[in-house]
Amino acid sequence: MNAKDRLKIPPVKMPEQDPAERIKNVDEVPIGYTSEMAMLEASRCLQCKTPFCIEGCPVGIDIPAFIKFIEVGDFKGAIRKMKEKNLLPSICGRVCPQEEQCQLFCTIGKARKNPGESVMIGKLERFIADWEREQGEPEKPPAVKPSGKRVAIIGAGPAGLTVAGDLIRFGHEVIVFEALHKAGGVLVYGIPEFRLPKKIVQNEVDYLENLGVKFQYNYVIGKTIPVREVVSEFDAVFIGTGAGLPRFMRVDGENLLGVLSANEYLTRANLMKAYDFPRADTPIVKGRKVITVGGGNVAMDCARTALRMGAERSLIVYRRAEEQMPARLEEIHHAKEEGVEFHLLQNPVRLVGDERGWISGAELIKMELGEPDSSGRRRPVPIEGSEFIEDTDALIVAIGNSPNPLVPASFPELEVTRWGGIVVNEITGQTSVQGVFAGGDIVLGAATVILAMGHGRRAARAMNLYLSSGRWVDLDRAMDLCMAEVR
Amino acid sequence: MYQILHKEKLGPDIYMYRFRAPDVARNRKPGQFVIVRIAENGERIPITITDVDTDEGSITLIVQAVGKTTLQMAQMKEGDFIPTITGPLGEPTRIEKVGRVLCVGGGIGIAPLFPVAEGMKDIGNHVTSILGARSSNLLILIERMREVSHELIVTTDDGTEGEKGLVTDVIRELVGKGKVYDLCIAMGPPIMMKFVCVLTKELNIPTIVSLNPIMVDGTGMCGCCRVTVGDEIKFACVDGPEFDGHKVDFDELMARLAIYKAEEKEALEYYYSKAGCRLDSTLEGGSR
Ligand SMILES: Cc1cc2nc3c(=O)[nH]c(=O)nc-3n(C[C@H](O)[C@H](O)[C@H](O)COP(=O)(O)OP(=O)(O)OC[C@H]3O[C@@H](n4cnc5c(N)ncnc54)[C@H](O)[C@@H]3O)c2cc1C
Ligand code: SF4
Ligand code: FES
Repeated sequence: MNAKDRLKIPPVKMPEQDPAERIKNVDEVPIGYTSEMAMLEASRCLQCKTPFCIEGCPVGIDIPAFIKFIEVGDFKGAIRKMKEKNLLPSICGRVCPQEEQCQLFCTIGKARKNPGESVMIGKLERFIADWEREQGEPEKPPAVKPSGKRVAIIGAGPAGLTVAGDLIRFGHEVIVFEALHKAGGVLVYGIPEFRLPKKIVQNEVDYLENLGVKFQYNYVIGKTIPVREVVSEFDAVFIGTGAGLPRFMRVDGENLLGVLSANEYLTRANLMKAYDFPRADTPIVKGRKVITVGGGNVAMDCARTALRMGAERSLIVYRRAEEQMPARLEEIHHAKEEGVEFHLLQNPVRLVGDERGWISGAELIKMELGEPDSSGRRRPVPIEGSEFIEDTDALIVAIGNSPNPLVPASFPELEVTRWGGIVVNEITGQTSVQGVFAGGDIVLGAATVILAMGHGRRAARAMNLYLSSGRWVDLDRAMDLCMAEVR
Repeated sequence: MYQILHKEKLGPDIYMYRFRAPDVARNRKPGQFVIVRIAENGERIPITITDVDTDEGSITLIVQAVGKTTLQMAQMKEGDFIPTITGPLGEPTRIEKVGRVLCVGGGIGIAPLFPVAEGMKDIGNHVTSILGARSSNLLILIERMREVSHELIVTTDDGTEGEKGLVTDVIRELVGKGKVYDLCIAMGPPIMMKFVCVLTKELNIPTIVSLNPIMVDGTGMCGCCRVTVGDEIKFACVDGPEFDGHKVDFDELMARLAIYKAEEKEALEYYYSKAGCRLDSTLEGGSR
């Protein structure tokens, strides 16, 4: 097939559950490619001499190479190639914002003048990971000689899991301390089942356990054991405690009954399985008309969860315009298909309650777009006198999360920024305390799974180097050599 | 997994459990709590730690069976395991020498009060304890509270033990006799804490209360445990659980505690239908 032919093939759509049907269950929305579909989609890739897609990938997956393996039907080869750079493809294939990463840069998308028609790199990534899982036992890396070093990882989110997976391969003893009763961080308590089935996360965790990683659940470091004790008892420590502190709007009425943070709503729905109540013990607020405030993935997840919890109407209220929503395009698209109503350029100024203290409405003010702000997005400005009341019986606040203060607060030696992120060396993830590294949302603030993983990969390389050489000062320079390989 | 080393019935629907949880025991301070989850699909509930035994590596929890989880817990036996005990969570009580301290405990609230009274006495305060309950069989830990108090007064609503009346009657009486207190610590049902606070405000006695809102994670991640204290919103699990009682909005706390009342009933009925056991209170009350 020549390039022209390849260009002509339209993107292969991944079959999905019908919107009317899927809001009655919590099963995954996209059903997955068959082998034939995947091979056809893979055949759209031009195998560019200069693959721009790789430029767009935060962990530098050799995208054309893994796609070539799929095209020729060598799925084992494809997954091996993938796992050289990405240990959690079944997760990234589902939740990465590909449209602003690899797929944004893809030559096919450019040639078709529509980045939405780029090679479906994310869907192929998901396919190959799912294929591997269906084969049963994944391939184990070759056994290595134990190094005799012990590493503690605080937080079992994507950052921590990535570090664990890498360091166990280098022969270190790895213990992951997790505050909750399950591993996965946001992947298990935040992102809903219909977007990322929990058995997929569990599968990755099982695999790490199989490799010898030990998980210590129900351990809140800084409470169950002091941070200082962990730091002194292990040869190196990685902090990946995430951005788990919910922001509220600070408007009147925010403590009314029926007003919840996205974290609470999603934790009840996902980690605690409120969709299965009363077989699972944890209940959830069930509004008939639910307002979600925010425009990111978190807000989409809440609004779509509300429909599955039986809401008749689910509204997104967002203070900017749709183009400025930080959510993945696919999430916005799925939300709309399911009937979520988008109320854009509106912002709550006050919440009103009934005589029982339950929320009965939100006073919203209309906004217009003004001059660009520091993020380059046009700043929303309230239109005076445009306030009106939108009735509601539940409201979910999904306006963002800040770094979890628990570990830094109980360990003042750790340098943090004004907004609470841990300060690290960008190349190595080293913190202000010798032997202690950090990465993911606790450093970046609420970001993405793949950035957390990228941090994890780099920190794991640096930690390995530190453990084997004892070198702390100028570790980043020593890293430069290895970095060429992991970027 | 966390094993039940010892279980004992203290009263109708009231059980004391000793769980093996060495790191929690080692690092716990008075006033702190744990989040407990007793089964795979179980909910996460906060329970204040009554006591610890660091040699045995155990913590003591006293739990009143009032809903599905606590009833199911009451069916468990010594040697059984539960999947989650997370803690110690929350800020510890500020144990300081202030002079004369009034410790007021209501019903199951005597359980969290015990370690605080103990700490307050150990550091050299004069401790007067007032313990109240609806009826004598619901009073717990009286003997142990006696050990950590210089003076102890018991009241019951129905007069079956100690003086007949409410804890607030006793506070009024003591102060009326000219006794002076530098600090009051009140733990018990929100309604009791509310009225103790109304009174101590009038009497000008600074008062600390321990709040027990519904929680999920217990680590500051969800905000489910929000309480209004003065004009601030606090997360009870990380900022508390103890707050200045004169500033707490108890009506809001009580309303928030009742959010899931209908669901709690549904969960209990569902459990009854499967487990074939009931709360003592429903049995004794004959209200089946
Ligand atoms: C609802 C939702 C949807 C999202 N959707 C997407 C998406 O589609 N695509 C995407 O790329 N990103 C998405 N994100 C963002 C992404 O999930 C995060 O950027 C990513 O999970 C960060 O990983 P992490 O490992 O740094 O932290 P986390 O995933 O937050 O994990 C931190 C872990 O540390 C634990 N912990 C915290 N404190 C302690 C302590 N003291 N001791 C022990 N353990 C502790 C926590 O319990 C948690 O398990 C979403 C986030 C949310 C909330
Ligand atoms: S840019 Fe697109 S077409 Fe080129 S190698 Fe990458 S995925 Fe293939
Ligand atoms: S219980 Fe979740 S923040 Fe307090």
